Amino acid sequence: MHSDGWSIFLWVIYPYIMLASFFIGTFVRFKYFHFSITAKSSELFEKKWLMIGSVTFHIGIILAFFGHCLGMFIPASWTAYFGITEHMYHLFGSLMMGIPAGLLAFIGIAILTYRRMTVSRVYKTSDINDIVVDWALLITIALGLTCTITGAFIDYNYRTTISPWVRSLFVLNPQWQLMMSVPLIYKIHILCGLAIFGYFPYTRLVHALTLPWQYIFRRYIVYRRRVKAY
Amino acid sequence: MKIKAQISMVLNLDKCIGCHTCSVTCKNTWTNRPGAEYMWFNNVETKPGVGYPKRWEDEDQYHGGWTLDSKGKLKLRAGNKLNKIALGKIFYNNDMPELDNYYEPWTYDYKTLFGPEQKHQPVARPKSQITGEGMELTTGPNWDDDLAGSTEYVAQDPNMQRIEGDIKNNFEQAFMMYLPRLCEHCLNAPCVASCPSGAMYKRDEDGIVLVDQERCRGWRFCMTGCPYKKVYFNWKTHKAEKCTFCYPRIEEGQPTVCAETCVGRIRYIGAILYDADRVEEAASTPDESKLYEAQLGLFLDPNDPEIVKQARQDGISEEMIEAAQKSPIYKMAVKEKIAFPLHPEYRTMPMVWYIPPLSPVMSYFEGRDSIKNPEMIFPGIDQMRVPVQYLASLLTAGNVPVIKQALYKLAMMRLYMRAKTSGHDFDLSKLERVGLTEARATSLYRLLAIAKYEDRFVIPSSQKAELDDAQTEQGSLGYDECEGCALAPQHKSMFKKAEAGKSTNQIYADSFYGGIWRD
Repeated sequence: MHSDGWSIFLWVIYPYIMLASFFIGTFVRFKYFHFSITAKSSELFEKKWLMIGSVTFHIGIILAFFGHCLGMFIPASWTAYFGITEHMYHLFGSLMMGIPAGLLAFIGIAILTYRRMTVSRVYKTSDINDIVVDWALLITIALGLTCTITGAFIDYNYRTTISPWVRSLFVLNPQWQLMMSVPLIYKIHILCGLAIFGYFPYTRLVHALTLPWQYIFRRYIVYRRRVKAY
Repeated sequence: MKIKAQISMVLNLDKCIGCHTCSVTCKNTWTNRPGAEYMWFNNVETKPGVGYPKRWEDEDQYHGGWTLDSKGKLKLRAGNKLNKIALGKIFYNNDMPELDNYYEPWTYDYKTLFGPEQKHQPVARPKSQITGEGMELTTGPNWDDDLAGSTEYVAQDPNMQRIEGDIKNNFEQAFMMYLPRLCEHCLNAPCVASCPSGAMYKRDEDGIVLVDQERCRGWRFCMTGCPYKKVYFNWKTHKAEKCTFCYPRIEEGQPTVCAETCVGRIRYIGAILYDADRVEEAASTPDESKLYEAQLGLFLDPNDPEIVKQARQDGISEEMIEAAQKSPIYKMAVKEKIAFPLHPEYRTMPMVWYIPPLSPVMSYFEGRDSIKNPEMIFPGIDQMRVPVQYLASLLTAGNVPVIKQALYKLAMMRLYMRAKTSGHDFDLSKLERVGLTEARATSLYRLLAIAKYEDRFVIPSSQKAELDDAQTEQGSLGYDECEGCALAPQHKSMFKKAEAGKSTNQIYADSFYGGIWRD
């Protein structure tokens, strides 16, 4: 069937391509292009907008990331086991946590995108990748936020459709049929999000994987000695 | 005790004429690349003045260096480790200077100078090297050179705000001196301590502080951690860069480019041995004005057989020990105590030291009857054009007596030498009074005034031959591995011409016009 073919492409092949790109690309970048990995800060050129934009965006996106992990990887049956009803989960989890996190991320990325496009020093020193990343995040976060907010009004439970589909991808038994009944806006959000994951290793976003946690355990002054070659 | 060796520098400010040759040769060697235009690994500031970046000495604004917490323990002024990583500072670094605290680098629109004959004289307008747009020049490095605009700038000098008295804005009493600055290669380097990625390190062999370009993630805490503001952020590679103390040259036993090219011969480079175990303790000295002496206490006598034995045990090479024994740095800083660290109150234990200048008042006294009456120099020093309090604010965290002692010594040495060369009698007890003997005064005179190349630079060559294959390293050291940093790609057209079989002279004639590259 024609539509089945499309669905299989979108909900099986495409996600796997993007995930493969994410993992292989990250490996290659870290192994062979180590020098290029940096946070790519533009704080030298502009500080005021960055302060508001960067802090709100990062806090928002980190909260949203963990929110997605919870929603995707914790089956509804587990939360039910602890006596958390679907209604409670939806109200406290999705709405009360998700909306503020999404709003923070959205406001943050909107400010950052505006800053990148309008502050001349920042714009002129951006490459095409930086601009694409900003717009891609802005669109994806806007879609995600719309999903969460509309979730308050329509009776739709992603935990019985999208979440099992995501988990099925990771156990290599993709249940693409689960995605058939999903509202369009969720679908676009997912496709955009997957695109960002696939694109991730080739952009500035890799800095998210380099959180320098070792610093906390390290002594302050670092000495290095050259080792004898022979 | 854990002995380590440090290659360090002393600058004799008495002889600095502020010609900026050091800055220019340094720039041509290290930071003449896109992304690095605003970086001055070495710069010369007129003091009093705001410096570069503007008001870098104002640590209430920039929060650089170390401070003591309520329990008297050493901590980074910008905040502890957790604060950087967990509390969002990594997303936005409030203490970081902006480009405008430095200046927007510019070039000129030279292309307008070439072309068909016009009615009017063409003008090369300035354009930004960041955005490429035309710009008005309102500030730059050394905008207040030689006290230019000093009515505005002098009052902004944090050192001026620190010292009392009416010298402040009295322009008839204006004084100035030059302060060449480079990375201090500190023993207790706050940039190294601030780097979350562990990309910054101190070389074990010679104490040179470097940035590992591969590991740098551009978090920029080194920039703010350094109270001297001598770590810069390359906006093109998004990595930190700093003065390398010309390590490829040092390894070959050659002085740094700034020292080599100094026309006034004011720079001295040598080795010094210190006790690495006591650095933290010394940097934690509660009284700021005692920090200079605390740092002096770290340096070890390289002629003491016990120290030499321990140094060998700690893996210091024979060449390094020998260099430390002949070190001009040890002589000036420890033995004669005429050199001082820059802003020891930052608790960084800096290793580029300065001999304070004897300002104009000396010639006034020297010219009169000072040879007959050397006592005159003591009140003379106290009334120096450059106030001793100002020097103390720069060099000893306010410890005036040690600065005075050094100036007395330098002045007395001059008087002694003048008497000697002009055949006057000199009361040798005057030398004793400043802690000199005839032999020491003569040797100090040789070191400071004659300043022979081999006396100024006592640099052990490293046993690099056994460390690396020097041949493969040739041309690969430094920052040139970063893509797009080298200048060559900008002048590709020229190389194309070379391929087309033109002679060198032809290429030169085609590509240069009055020293300017023509595209």
